[in-house]
Amino acid sequence: MNWQRTTAALIAAGALMLPALAQAQDAKPFKLGIVTFLSGAAAGPFGVPARNAAELIVEALNSGSVPAPYAGKKGINGMPLETTIVDEAGGTTKQVTEYRNLAERAGVDAVIGYISSGDCLAIAPLADELKKLTIFFDCGTPRIFEDASYKYLFRTGGTATMDNLAAARYLLKKKADVKSVAGINQNYAWGHDSWNDFKASMQTLKKDVKFATEQFPKLGAGQYGTEISALLVASPDVIHSSLWGGDMEAFVLQGTARGAFDKRTLILTAGESAMHRLAGQIPDGTIIGARGPHGDFAPKSELNDWFRKAYEARFNTPPTYPSYKMAQALLGLKAATEKAAGDQASRPTDEAIVKAFEGLTFTAPSGEVHMKLGKGHQAIQEIAYGTFKRENGKATLVDVVRYPAECVNPPEGVKSMDWLTGGLKGAKCD
Amino acid sequence: MQQLVAILIDGTIYFSWLFIVSLGLTLIYGVMKILNIAHGSFYALGAYAAASAVGAWFAAGLPAAGSYLLLAVCGLAIGAAIGFAVERGLLRRMYGRDEVVMILVTYAVFLILEDVIKLVWGVNPYLAYQPYTALGRIAIGGIGFAVYDLILLALALAMGFAAWFTLNRTRYGRLLLVVIHDREISSAMGINVARMFTVTFTIGAMLGALGGAVAAPGISVVPGIGVDIIVLAFAVSVIGGLGSVAGAAIGALIVGLTRAAAIHLVPEVELFVIYAVMAIVLAFRPEGLFGRPAARKI
Amino acid sequence: MAKLGTHALLLAAAVVLVPLGLVLPTWLVFLVTIGLAKGLVVIGLVVMMRAGLVSFGQGLYYGLGAYSAGLAANFLGLNDAVLLLVIGAAVGIVVALGLGVLLVRYRQIFFAMLSLAVSMILYGALVRSTALGSTDGFNLPPPTFLGLAPDVETGRRILFVLALLLALGTASLLHRFTRSPTGVLGEAIVMNEIRVEYLGASVSRVLLITYVIGAITAALGGVLVALATSHIDPDLAFWTTSGEFVFVAILSGTGHVAASLVGMVLFETVRSFAFQYSPYTWQMVVGTAMLLVIVFLPYGLWSLVSRGEGRSARP
Repeated sequence: MNWQRTTAALIAAGALMLPALAQAQDAKPFKLGIVTFLSGAAAGPFGVPARNAAELIVEALNSGSVPAPYAGKKGINGMPLETTIVDEAGGTTKQVTEYRNLAERAGVDAVIGYISSGDCLAIAPLADELKKLTIFFDCGTPRIFEDASYKYLFRTGGTATMDNLAAARYLLKKKADVKSVAGINQNYAWGHDSWNDFKASMQTLKKDVKFATEQFPKLGAGQYGTEISALLVASPDVIHSSLWGGDMEAFVLQGTARGAFDKRTLILTAGESAMHRLAGQIPDGTIIGARGPHGDFAPKSELNDWFRKAYEARFNTPPTYPSYKMAQALLGLKAATEKAAGDQASRPTDEAIVKAFEGLTFTAPSGEVHMKLGKGHQAIQEIAYGTFKRENGKATLVDVVRYPAECVNPPEGVKSMDWLTGGLKGAKCD
Repeated sequence: MQQLVAILIDGTIYFSWLFIVSLGLTLIYGVMKILNIAHGSFYALGAYAAASAVGAWFAAGLPAAGSYLLLAVCGLAIGAAIGFAVERGLLRRMYGRDEVVMILVTYAVFLILEDVIKLVWGVNPYLAYQPYTALGRIAIGGIGFAVYDLILLALALAMGFAAWFTLNRTRYGRLLLVVIHDREISSAMGINVARMFTVTFTIGAMLGALGGAVAAPGISVVPGIGVDIIVLAFAVSVIGGLGSVAGAAIGALIVGLTRAAAIHLVPEVELFVIYAVMAIVLAFRPEGLFGRPAARKI
Repeated sequence: MAKLGTHALLLAAAVVLVPLGLVLPTWLVFLVTIGLAKGLVVIGLVVMMRAGLVSFGQGLYYGLGAYSAGLAANFLGLNDAVLLLVIGAAVGIVVALGLGVLLVRYRQIFFAMLSLAVSMILYGALVRSTALGSTDGFNLPPPTFLGLAPDVETGRRILFVLALLLALGTASLLHRFTRSPTGVLGEAIVMNEIRVEYLGASVSRVLLITYVIGAITAALGGVLVALATSHIDPDLAFWTTSGEFVFVAILSGTGHVAASLVGMVLFETVRSFAFQYSPYTWQMVVGTAMLLVIVFLPYGLWSLVSRGEGRSARP
């Protein structure tokens, strides 16, 4: 029976090693590790749109077809980009291991990734430990740069604070007489933070508002019947929700079917990512956010027109906010590297790239991005909110209001929560 | 008052979903002593199959009434196919191995099926809301409820009755009870246990897939929907006593009502209320509510 | 194999591996550290499984160990790796003594499910605790080692050596335990509990001791993982984490406690390469590898070494 065991072991080992042979090497590429959800519930709404955008942008950069202001050099400063894509699933221990493997075993020059805030928190200290240029493109927790500061780490996307502050501002503009608000957010850090930020914003902006009920269904619960009943019993004027992906779609479906949104306003802070898919289901008048000026909120520009067109042509669906945020991270890296390189053709040192990145202002399909917080490592940008309206079966956004970056983000050195509860000192809204 | 009515109705609706999902699991465990982790995949497969079929049905402009039949047929068909294939192709070779090893085998099947689902359907969510919204809603105690959810309750009751009837009033069902009671003796008495296993596993898989299929219209079908089912269905079955149909029903009812009460009154504890119920029940009834203590061999 | 002497073998492994830890690339050192830390949990679980206690809730002690280390480091300012290990183990013992009395009354699937329920209650509590960062968890500062504060990379290597010595030492101790009267009684309990009682031994005492051993190793593993990743979150207590330990225990084979160390390190490596080279289908690769092992190696990977003397290996 020995041969059987040996063969089994060999087959098992072989199955794992085979793909390793399929890797080729080019001359002097810029190697990029990309980490995003490829499996699990976050893959569909976030991970894969982000991966698609990464593929699109990387290929366009390598062939030099990205329009101004990135039309100058191919790739990054002339170096072709080469990517390794890793699944973000599996929890933080797994992700810490994979990050090390990317940085040391695969030897990438930079890592772009991370949708989950937990993964971001765990990876952040590693970036400095391994001195590896790292860009977070999506995760929202403000704790990253508020609790610590890092040298090799950057985040090109805004924090979750501005999502909820802007939602509160927009709500009060549209519906100044709001009396009671309820929340339904997933029972995990993102859901808790979103609700707490929104609650604090409302308390600061309109003191007499009441909070009818706060529901925290389990992540991926699917069945929201009981929560919807609890909302109906509490009967608030407004329902705030940061649900995303399948959870949001299921909640909207079940809530609409039961008339939960008939006489009240629904706020979906991450609603844009499913707006087109759910065009027939989202009730008119729903307040929709995109975690920044992304997707349908993106301002008109040559770069944005190109991005939308190229993305739609290739993936048969318009790009949603995760795609925009990924594009933003890649272009930020390009802008910083090329600024560091100046006229030189060679690859600048990591130190030079870091220096150029700090405080950088660059252009993305979603407009201007300013690396202003966290000692120049955390981006701020404007944010937009709009109201959902169905026109001929198509999803459109009306009454779009744009809030400047400094209206919805705390000044440097102030923690988001302190800023929200402390009366929003220093907010510049005009 | 309104709240009490809501708790009762919500709890019952959640019960029907839980019961449909747990029935197949508890049946397979009762007969085969396999704690089938792949049950979650069967649920997901049923949901995906139903969602894509219903999508095609409405895209072709066919009448809504037929979609309900389509849901059921899809779930049952894919469950039968995959259940039969897994039992004949894999599990059959493993009988006699330890219970824990069988859990591991079904876990491996679960992992493989998760990726198969991803390869076939991709990661984008599937919606099949038409059957859900077409039935409209009715108001009970001033709160709107989806008629579809109430129909699921009827379905759950019908399934429970069918299971009870088959087990207690048909020849095949009684043979199954014999196998549940003592596998070795029934084999010695000339019952074809291997065939019973195939049939049971296939039916269990069909029930799991049916659960997914009928749940699909109310949810968005995404990767990973099967994972939570596993532990929920386990918990319900264990509370009721693994292998007992009545137990699964009572277990699902207790969990459904407790959860509904928790969400309405103390939403903070929703996440672990099911485990707390399980711990309390097991503390007083170590074999579950309807489980029988195993005979102690000397 | 057995003739060579398990203890001599473990000693040899230590002599070979410790210097390797000083020269290997850090990603590999880290991978193996994680493998050893989790392997430590599995060693304890194997001992429990030999006594019939298949716990689907070792995540409880794994998470408790990690959180007690994290809390002690962040709120009490205790930052020494050795001290944190002691704290983690102590918390594990206290909780296990309390819960064990209740849990060891249960057998088989009921023990499994009840231990799962308890770990999920901890998970739920951690998720709701915003002060501890909910599901995002929180970070740990780099530890000191008996007062030494090396630079970060050296710290990683010292941690590897610490994990290695701890794992091999535990393996050696527990190997001895499985040969001791209490350990052997555990196996007897699986075969016939009542006869064990008739022989005058206390079943509940044996099981409680075994349960506490499992808790200690899981808590130690949790502290090591927390120190290695410098980050903890409630996922450590989630049921899938506990499930992974059971799977690795079975894959490695329960025939020998040391097998789980090798098994866990192998599992981590396989998964890591599957992640990188097959990012879309890594679950399928892992699942297939598992099935192959189960079909062709009924007594786990250990049977590659022990050649059929798998009697004591009750998978």
